[in-house]
Amino acid sequence: MTAAVHREESFIGKWIFSRDHKVIGLQYMFTSLVFLLIGFSLILLIRWQLAYPGRPIPFIGDLLPDSLAPGGIMMPDFYNSLGAMHGTIMIFLGIVPLGVGAFGNYFLPLQIGAKDMAFPTLNMSSYWVYFVGGVLMLSSFVLPGGAARAGWTSYVPLSVISSGQTTWLLAMTFLITSSLLGAINFIVTTLNLRAPGLTWSRLPLFVWAQFVTGLILLFAFPVLQAGAVLQLLDRVAQTSFYMPQGLIISGELSQRGGGGNALLWQHLFWFLAHPEVYVLLLPPMGIVAEILANGTRKPIFGYKEVAGSFCFIAVLSFMVWAHHMFVSGLKTSLSYLFMTTTMTISIPSIAILTCYLLSLRNASIRYTVPMLFTLAFLPMFGIGGLTGLPLGFTPTDVYLHDTYYVIGHFHYVVVTGTLIALFGGIYYWFPKMFGRSMNMFWGKVHFWGTIVLMNLIFFPMFIQGLAGVQRRLYDPTVQLHNLTVQPTNVLMSYASWGLLLFQVPFIVNFFWSIFKGARSEENPWQATTLEWACPSPPLPHVNFEKVPTVHRGPYEYSVPGREADFWPQNEEN
Amino acid sequence: MNPAQSNYGWGLPVAASTYADKIDRSLLILHAAMAAIFVLWAVYMAYCLVRYRKENSPKAVYSHKSTLASYTPDVLIFIFEVWLIFIVGVPIWAHIREELPAPEDATVIRVVAEQFAWLAHYPGPDGKFGRMAPSLVDYAIPLGLDPQDPDAGDDVASVNEIRVPLGRPVLVTLTARDVIHSFFVPEFRTKQDAVPGMENSIWFEPVMAGRFEIGCAQLCGLGHYRMRGDIFVLPEDEYAAWMAGEQAGRRP
Repeated sequence: MTAAVHREESFIGKWIFSRDHKVIGLQYMFTSLVFLLIGFSLILLIRWQLAYPGRPIPFIGDLLPDSLAPGGIMMPDFYNSLGAMHGTIMIFLGIVPLGVGAFGNYFLPLQIGAKDMAFPTLNMSSYWVYFVGGVLMLSSFVLPGGAARAGWTSYVPLSVISSGQTTWLLAMTFLITSSLLGAINFIVTTLNLRAPGLTWSRLPLFVWAQFVTGLILLFAFPVLQAGAVLQLLDRVAQTSFYMPQGLIISGELSQRGGGGNALLWQHLFWFLAHPEVYVLLLPPMGIVAEILANGTRKPIFGYKEVAGSFCFIAVLSFMVWAHHMFVSGLKTSLSYLFMTTTMTISIPSIAILTCYLLSLRNASIRYTVPMLFTLAFLPMFGIGGLTGLPLGFTPTDVYLHDTYYVIGHFHYVVVTGTLIALFGGIYYWFPKMFGRSMNMFWGKVHFWGTIVLMNLIFFPMFIQGLAGVQRRLYDPTVQLHNLTVQPTNVLMSYASWGLLLFQVPFIVNFFWSIFKGARSEENPWQATTLEWACPSPPLPHVNFEKVPTVHRGPYEYSVPGREADFWPQNEEN
Repeated sequence: MNPAQSNYGWGLPVAASTYADKIDRSLLILHAAMAAIFVLWAVYMAYCLVRYRKENSPKAVYSHKSTLASYTPDVLIFIFEVWLIFIVGVPIWAHIREELPAPEDATVIRVVAEQFAWLAHYPGPDGKFGRMAPSLVDYAIPLGLDPQDPDAGDDVASVNEIRVPLGRPVLVTLTARDVIHSFFVPEFRTKQDAVPGMENSIWFEPVMAGRFEIGCAQLCGLGHYRMRGDIFVLPEDEYAAWMAGEQAGRRP
């Protein structure tokens, strides 16, 4: 025991400006869960407008100011703001901070047997920079100019001439900075602070995933940072990095110098934003590996293949960005290259999924709540991945691009895939974080309600996409070709409101269990990785009573000749 | 009855251009493959979930068998994708995007997108587009055609309505004057962004007469949802009569 354990800390030092990776992880978790709920609520308003275009929003409509929704009827500008902010909040303020900031901060040091992250102060600043960026982003709804309304992709020139965009760009600058600080910390921590004996081939797949994610963030985000600064200059200093000559906006000839290129932004944006998809996806894939090995009581099939696929995905993810631009006016012959790389990146994803599915063979499956979420991840992510094929394939992408098919595809990946796995992670690691476990009955209610309703929301999107319904339409019924599938919008909207209802058991369960949940021992799941070798919750600032030594791989379950069906990494024999 | 509206269903809209069938076939191949892969996964998984639950399989087997065989799905899918890209995909993509018809064999139209309308510009009988100047744009001359330019005299302009003859390819040169828009005609399975500062050419050849909707597929501002137009595919003689009428109306 070191002196640090006994040092008395003030409330602020302990819970607000803490350098302890566990407190920072929890701060990330609470903040990102709040943002997820906010981002989700925004889309519920949109769902009303899509199901019943032009009708006053019940209950909430009267509370909205007349500038956004006169008489409770949503205005097109407000609709666009909600859409842009939903995407931004969910991705940059919800999923990434939860998957990387919360789980990465809390469990990466524990799984490698470290006392803390390599740079605790940097870690603290990364959270607070994120927090400021998040508050700024959210406050744009009430700041002059309103919230950004040019889509979360912020395509120029629309974004340069739309109000609210300056706040968006400033907030993004904070969020990017935060992610960069975090990425450096994760990489250095994994490289330097592994416990004795923890070689690369004994690293849990969750750590592999976080490490690779850190590398992706480090290489991809500076490009968007630069792109965002140029866009900011176009807005506030009237430069023309993205603005071509001779624009006529609302009948007025633009007085800008011109000479910029509107597609440059798309290149810079997607050079980040496609790797970003894997930033959203890899940490949950790591979580799935942890829970899957634990719930099947056997080693993950093809450990090296999975870790290798993570790395392969990371490298390839930097070579596929222009598949978002097949119909943008990109030179058509360049599309062959990006079609090929895009189809190739499906191979490591399929390899990972195959390994996970084969892990089920000859297993002894325990249907715990985290395991339910993990098992649901496999087919749901499968749908998300498979529906990427017609979008990466240029002849079919021409038709499906910018339709609801795309929305369905990435929601299957990010929501029924990533978010479902993150929920599983919360249930799985809750006992470690709080020393108590969540209620499993309400966990099952949450699981079944969530998974059924999510499918009812996202599956009809493929039908709409095939019928040619474009995305981001304030009122789809204005266009004739959208009318036949309009009834699906009503179904999807009711499902989305039901989905909110089914998050109530989770929210109540989460907070109730922090204080009143059943007390949990050190290793309730009989797991093998190092985070289960320290007390629950781990000791402040030092985690372990003594630095663990690692003797074997991460998933030594059901080893022949041993009585217990799990063999922790730190156990000597 | 207008085919464009009668054939809409839960699936794809009617295939109304020469290459729409090719794209539909690709969609079919892909979705059949996706469904097959998914069903195989699901059946295998469902079997495992029942067969290897704790009650049926109290102790897990430590080792995994046939590591090499696990590459089978990856290899099969890789082979499928290589076939799909190089045998199916590349020829179609080259056909729809790179094999543009010669202007003399096609109906040539310049389309300028703006918030929130599609402006169409026909070169007229002389086959030459008149000069456009941004400074000339106003409500009376939405395109900004220069009336002094001799090539502009026979040009035809229209807003949100594009007429094309049946039986000939249409060559569309797309651009935008404010923000990015996207020219999307579901029945023709065609889509192309209209980008300010750039000219993108696409082509399509309708196979049936009728009225088809143009939607904007790229968020372009508060009126994005109502930025729509119509393409009227007319029999050759009706089109010629319309074009003659436009000319007659112009020169008394």
